[in-house]
Amino acid sequence: MYKYIIRRILVFIPMLFALTIIVFGLAQLAPGDALSGKSLADPNVDPEIYEQQREALGLNDPIYVQYWNWISSAAQGDFGNSLIFNGRSVMELIEARFANTLYLGLFSLAITIIVAIPIGIYSARKPYSMLDYGATGFGFLGLAIPNFFFGLIAIYVFSINLGWFPSQGTLSSPGVSGFDAFTDRIHHMVLPGITLGLAGTATYMRYMRSEVLDVLGSDYIRTAKAKGMSERNVLYKHTLRNALIPIITLMGFEIGVLLSGAVITEQVFQYPGLGTLFLSSVMNRDFPVVMAIALILGILILIGNLIADILYSIVDPRIRYD
Amino acid sequence: MHTNLESSLPTGPENAPIDQQYQHKTPFQLAYQRFLKNKLAVVSVFVLLAIVIVCISAPLLTSQDPIETDVFNIEKSPTDEHILGTNGQGQDNFARLLYGGRISLIVGFSAMFFTLVIGVLLGSIAGYYGGKVDSIIMRGADIMLMLPFLVLVLTIMAVIDKVTIGLFVTIIALTSWPNLTRIIRATYLSLREQEFVLGARAIGASDVRIIFKHFIPNAIGPIIVNATLMMATYIIVESGLSFIGFGIPQPTPTWGNMISEAQNIRILRDHPEAWIPPGLAILITVLSINFIGDGLRDAFNPKSNRR
Repeated sequence: MYKYIIRRILVFIPMLFALTIIVFGLAQLAPGDALSGKSLADPNVDPEIYEQQREALGLNDPIYVQYWNWISSAAQGDFGNSLIFNGRSVMELIEARFANTLYLGLFSLAITIIVAIPIGIYSARKPYSMLDYGATGFGFLGLAIPNFFFGLIAIYVFSINLGWFPSQGTLSSPGVSGFDAFTDRIHHMVLPGITLGLAGTATYMRYMRSEVLDVLGSDYIRTAKAKGMSERNVLYKHTLRNALIPIITLMGFEIGVLLSGAVITEQVFQYPGLGTLFLSSVMNRDFPVVMAIALILGILILIGNLIADILYSIVDPRIRYD
Repeated sequence: MHTNLESSLPTGPENAPIDQQYQHKTPFQLAYQRFLKNKLAVVSVFVLLAIVIVCISAPLLTSQDPIETDVFNIEKSPTDEHILGTNGQGQDNFARLLYGGRISLIVGFSAMFFTLVIGVLLGSIAGYYGGKVDSIIMRGADIMLMLPFLVLVLTIMAVIDKVTIGLFVTIIALTSWPNLTRIIRATYLSLREQEFVLGARAIGASDVRIIFKHFIPNAIGPIIVNATLMMATYIIVESGLSFIGFGIPQPTPTWGNMISEAQNIRILRDHPEAWIPPGLAILITVLSINFIGDGLRDAFNPKSNRR
């Protein structure tokens, strides 16, 4: 098993390298750069100054030099300066947004876990009950509805018509602090959090139901019941412990799904996170920012998959990887 | 009815007892029979057909043009002339709903088709030949799966100047083959070890023949099921990308860019008739495709126990 974990970590390194190549390569494929658009729009700019600017930004260097410059400074957390936001550093821009996306992701993951796991367990213990049918129907709907459409309906109903929750932003006013700021933040995250977590909730509910059903049908559960163990102990000591294993490992893969979903969900709610920053940078061809976010998201996903794989090999030692 | 003696005699399929008749059905006929037993899936087939027919016969159902703008009739509430009102450019929402359905369905279908071609081809090569080719293709798949799908597609979209339907479909297909390739490769790896393949090779069948005559028919279940579910996913992907402005651009109508009108708070608040119908259209279409996919899965794999 340790051998497997070490090998798995070693595979991580070339994957990381490939990721940087892809991100860099995609940005290079772009026709023109942030400067060419501007100079074409403004005929008053002296071509000589424009050329100096290109030289200063390193846009005239050969490609491998540009790649090396980018990757070696990126390793130190320096992704250069944004081409759009008055040359603010990319790291500064990302730092301001990253926490927001992290809070939103954790909040929606919490909703997913709190809703999906108990309902999944109940559905499995009382299959074909009303609640089970309701949950199955909800599962189908949750996977079929585009999350931006769900978000718009949520805004229309709960924000515009009922006025229960704010429809955008993270804080009502920048002045609040302490506990008020915390509750205000949560209040702002309710609608986007539910929207972002919808598909995950539907998925995990189905997984949980089938896992618990599987375990309930196994021999050791029958033995536990036969020796007179209470229903409650069978559920908590035997069933859940075994049913939760695959669910926990799946969470590692969930990171990518959440981050991807955040791009669209944040746009619907005008939530100032990494997703909205990524979208506006893509629109403005602000490639230093696009590259940095794509790289960070890619690394997070690689790490998530790595953790999921390692967890899996730890909880299920039967798996052999040779 | 048959006596014991009669039923033990070899008879033609028409006269055989029921269980013997069953033996003569092709796997496809068996799957078809099982599919018909799933009422939800059968109803979904008809719902999907109805949606397709309505979208195809759009010119018969509305006299309005989906693209023509009318600056004097912007963001109008429903009237007899404009059943669902008009959008921010004064285009008729009802006509856009019908014509947009065509585009959304075509995009979903053709993206699915091309992903299928690429996925089956690469999966077949990787799974059949194994070795170096296999590891090259599968490492490629790993690399494609490293970036979240949406981030990868958006980065590519940023590079491209003008997105057309063909280009859009190509990008989707080129970025989403890895999942299908993995599934097909895994199926082939187990098929490869079976004796009928050795037999086929022994009588001199070529690689191409073995792949097309023996492997693909054996993997057809997962291929069809995944193709169905892929089409549903692509309809959602198209609408999501169009919503954030990176899909099929105006003036071409799609369900996604119709909903994107609701990013304007006035339309969101005052004109739900403009953005709710396309959303429902996507929901119903995707829901019925998913039900059909589930029905197909059970039909092709009788061992999968629906619980």
